[in-house]
Amino acid sequence: MPPVKLPVLAAVSTALFGLAIALAFFYAPTDVDQGLSQRIFYFHVPLALTAYACFGWGAWKALRHLWKGDPGADLESYVAIHQGVIFGSLTLLTGSIWARISWGVWWSWSEDQLVLFLVLFLFYCAYFMLRYSVDPGPARANMCAVYALFGVVLIPVSFLAIRLSKKFIHPVVFTSHGPQMSGAQFLTFGVCLAAMLGLFATLYALELAGKRLDSSLRELRELLT
Amino acid sequence: MRYLADVAALARKDLLLELRAKETLPSMLLFVIAALAIFHFALPRGAGHDAAIGLLWVSLVFTALLGLTRAFVAEREQGMFDALVLAPCDRSAIWLGKSIAVFVFLVCAEVVALPAFGAFFSAVDGRTVAAVVLADVGICTVGTLFGAMAVAGRARELLLPLLFLPMAIPIVVGGVGGYLWFLALYDALFALLAWAAFEYVVAEA
Repeated sequence: MPPVKLPVLAAVSTALFGLAIALAFFYAPTDVDQGLSQRIFYFHVPLALTAYACFGWGAWKALRHLWKGDPGADLESYVAIHQGVIFGSLTLLTGSIWARISWGVWWSWSEDQLVLFLVLFLFYCAYFMLRYSVDPGPARANMCAVYALFGVVLIPVSFLAIRLSKKFIHPVVFTSHGPQMSGAQFLTFGVCLAAMLGLFATLYALELAGKRLDSSLRELRELLT
Repeated sequence: MRYLADVAALARKDLLLELRAKETLPSMLLFVIAALAIFHFALPRGAGHDAAIGLLWVSLVFTALLGLTRAFVAEREQGMFDALVLAPCDRSAIWLGKSIAVFVFLVCAEVVALPAFGAFFSAVDGRTVAAVVLADVGICTVGTLFGAMAVAGRARELLLPLLFLPMAIPIVVGGVGGYLWFLALYDALFALLAWAAFEYVVAEA
């Protein structure tokens, strides 16, 4: 991504985020059963979906690296997974807050998505251990790419495993009959999701720009000495 | 056919090495018995079969981890990885040969561990045995690939459990619940992925 685009991207996602916060707090109707606490849904679910998008994007870049040998794909895959872990941690945090208010507990093993995020969190934290334990080079890039690909296959497998292992009380918003939301709620949710994805795109571009600058600086320094 | 001959030669090499040096298998056996003994004291008195079976799975996964940690140590220490990669065979044959060797070690450990579990706690049924065999396939295929990654790192022994344990969670779920179809699905999916990916893990460039 050319560096000129970054300010535009940042401005767009800031505007979207402002709109999303305003809609979530002032426009969306208050839930009859859960009251104010239900509004965390407008951040919790977009955070979770964005984390999946990050991991998916990271795996896609990993596949590009292994398949086509894209020179920048390794770094892009790493940055996407780094962002995914941040969004995933926030998902765990917001989910935990919601669980405390709705069900009176900080942690519930019977909530599939929360457990799945814990598994993914552990898996992708190990990704960093792998990355910083191996010396930089093509071998490390390959290993990280393979590990990232295992991650996206692990997501549905773990989900199935967790479903098998416990009963189901997590509120399901998207069923086969379409989203179970009113128009105002759906609009707010859509804007929140767009804002969150915009935030991801901005942070991704920002970190990537920083990392690229870092590596070109290092190359320059090696050339000079 | 050539491929299978390569795999057989590599697996035979590992088994022969173990038969002569006796480094991995005795430690796995001791570990699994010691773990079961510890779990006897960790469980409350009168805990049922369900609690015990969960602990059986914990000890099997950690025993497998012990074997997997050792799997590629000889290759790295003696610098044999480079020779294996240079050898005129498909690189995935290295993975399959090593997986088979680890599978044999694990089955040997379980041939002792399952009767010991039956003696210490309660008898295991045929379904559990089938689940253990299916889980072994998944553990060996995924574990061997991750083991090859872990030896490349500086942390080595520390890295493999971190990489492998999140992958083992579905295996434990399938094993404790006795979902044989799920374990078979896991094996097929990840064996295929590991088979395709191993080449990239050992290739230096």
